[in-house]
Amino acid sequence: MPSRTVTVGSTSGLHARPAALFVAAATAAPLPVKINVEGRKPVPANSMLSVLSLGAKCGTAVTITAEGDGADTVLDDLAALLARDLDASDG
Amino acid sequence: MAEPLHGIGVSPGFAAGPVCRAGAAPQLPSPRAVSDVDAELALAADALRAVAAELARRAEATPDATAAEILRAQVMMAEDPVLDEAVADAIRAGSDAPHAIDAAFAVHRQAFLEAGGYLAERVADLDDLRDRAVAVSSGAPMPGIPSPGHPFVLVATDLAPADTAGLDPEQVLALVTVAGGPTSHTAILARSLGIPAVVRCAEAANLSDGVVVAVDGTAGAVRVGVDEATVADTRRREQERRARAAASTGPGRTADGWAVELLANVGSAADLVTGAEGVGLFRTELLYLDREKAPGHDEQVEAYAAVFAALGGRKVVVRTLDAGADKPLPFLDQAGEPNPALGVRGVRLARRDPALLDGQLSAIAAAAARTGATAWVMAPMIATPAEARDFVARARAAGLASAGVMVEVPAAALRIRALLREVDFVSIGTNDLSQYAFAADRMCGELAELLDPWQPALLDLVAACARAGRAAGKPVGICGEAAADPGLAPVFAGLGISSLSMPARAIPAVRDALAAHTRADCERLATAVLAAEDPLTARAAAT
Repeated sequence: MPSRTVTVGSTSGLHARPAALFVAAATAAPLPVKINVEGRKPVPANSMLSVLSLGAKCGTAVTITAEGDGADTVLDDLAALLARDLDASDG
Repeated sequence: MAEPLHGIGVSPGFAAGPVCRAGAAPQLPSPRAVSDVDAELALAADALRAVAAELARRAEATPDATAAEILRAQVMMAEDPVLDEAVADAIRAGSDAPHAIDAAFAVHRQAFLEAGGYLAERVADLDDLRDRAVAVSSGAPMPGIPSPGHPFVLVATDLAPADTAGLDPEQVLALVTVAGGPTSHTAILARSLGIPAVVRCAEAANLSDGVVVAVDGTAGAVRVGVDEATVADTRRREQERRARAAASTGPGRTADGWAVELLANVGSAADLVTGAEGVGLFRTELLYLDREKAPGHDEQVEAYAAVFAALGGRKVVVRTLDAGADKPLPFLDQAGEPNPALGVRGVRLARRDPALLDGQLSAIAAAAARTGATAWVMAPMIATPAEARDFVARARAAGLASAGVMVEVPAAALRIRALLREVDFVSIGTNDLSQYAFAADRMCGELAELLDPWQPALLDLVAACARAGRAAGKPVGICGEAAADPGLAPVFAGLGISSLSMPARAIPAVRDALAAHTRADCERLATAVLAAEDPLTARAAAT
């Protein structure tokens, strides 16, 4: 299954604003996406509660997976979002 | 007129108006057998949607960007598909809607608690969502802040962070809570919004909706069932107070010109410093939070220089990293401390990692050199003169001319004369000093009255420091919550405290309080307050 492993770039980790932006983007994606941190079972990326519960901090490696048409594009976009510092800018 | 109700005045000002009570958290009703599963599924789904819609409406309505973000995150939690699925599974397994919702939230609540740190602090937000959804699905009124459509005095047991963040100062005339304390979230927020507030007012539990009250947020008094003339009089006094505060500018002075520096507490260059003579407490923790490793030299220099530059030559006191206890840092690996408040926190971190402190001091020195700022440095959690000597030596080695320490531990206050021989100045952190003097955790709401800044034992420790500072000819300031209390300002001036550092918004009221007394008045008040037996009589002695 296509996957991307990326280091969380947001200063505050995958919390609050960065988590909200990521979950909103995953919800808008045309395919279901899952996310996990190493050693834990993947959770739906469109679930705010599940994504928060990952407890991913700045610098934590997370893996996202999706399957189907266009999966690579969806994963590339979401990976780029995760890698950015979403606390720092307006985007 | 009946005797007023008494609590702790935590945010100054006068207000009068009808009481509106915040809805209490609903009790889970007794479980009931579900015959129509589809109807129950719809009931639960509608409840979650209603909660999401209400919070989305509030997010739109609040002018505060941070509050709006918190609320929008809550909306996403209420709309969470995983939560929906868990609720539906529980209903199909025979649960009714309120119990299904309760059970689904419980799973995430547990996960947040286990994750600790930031997530554990978000548990109150989850509980708030659960309470709202349970209330709607069981036919109880929505808990939280009412919106009666006219200005009101908000009465509550205590307030959830999401509630306080969304408070509208145009509608909420004053806050009165049964629980809470002077250092609670509610108190800090009320002061920052400029809403008069009284906390720990036990008898407020008996106030009913609609009764007209007059609130004095300085004295901590709530008069019940006041007439129209009193309401008008109270509003006039508040307008006068605000006009005086708005007109007040310039340095802190008593009526006869005795100077007490009025400084601001900041965490970054984004914080307000208008009206302040400088910064009395620059907290540097923000830079280190949620980091896998300490910020580098250049990043630190940038952050410090930004604050120094914003001050344009005014004095700034930088506190070195104050982490540990309630402020854990990922890269410090402090797991397993039996009691973090009594553990390796503040300057004690340098015992394990002196390079962390030396690196910070050299970054502060570099930022000061670049901006030409008058930067003083001080260390948190100093307990002995030897620790103070070590810190001052490190600061001097980094090229910093003025080095002082915080007095937060009773041991430091008791040996203040020896401590002052080592340092250029001291600053008293009244929140931690109370916590350690009274052996009362700042996070423990039940013990809030022990943390009242008017406790005579705390004021004795402050007085001892001020006396020793005058004898040594070295500045002794205060940078805890107590410094923002206008009632205490003349008392501190009378004791010989040389500076008060607080959130910038609190400065006008404190400046006003100082200007209303001569130095002799202040000294008389200080003597009277120190002779009082408890916080209540201490406050009475100061009026």
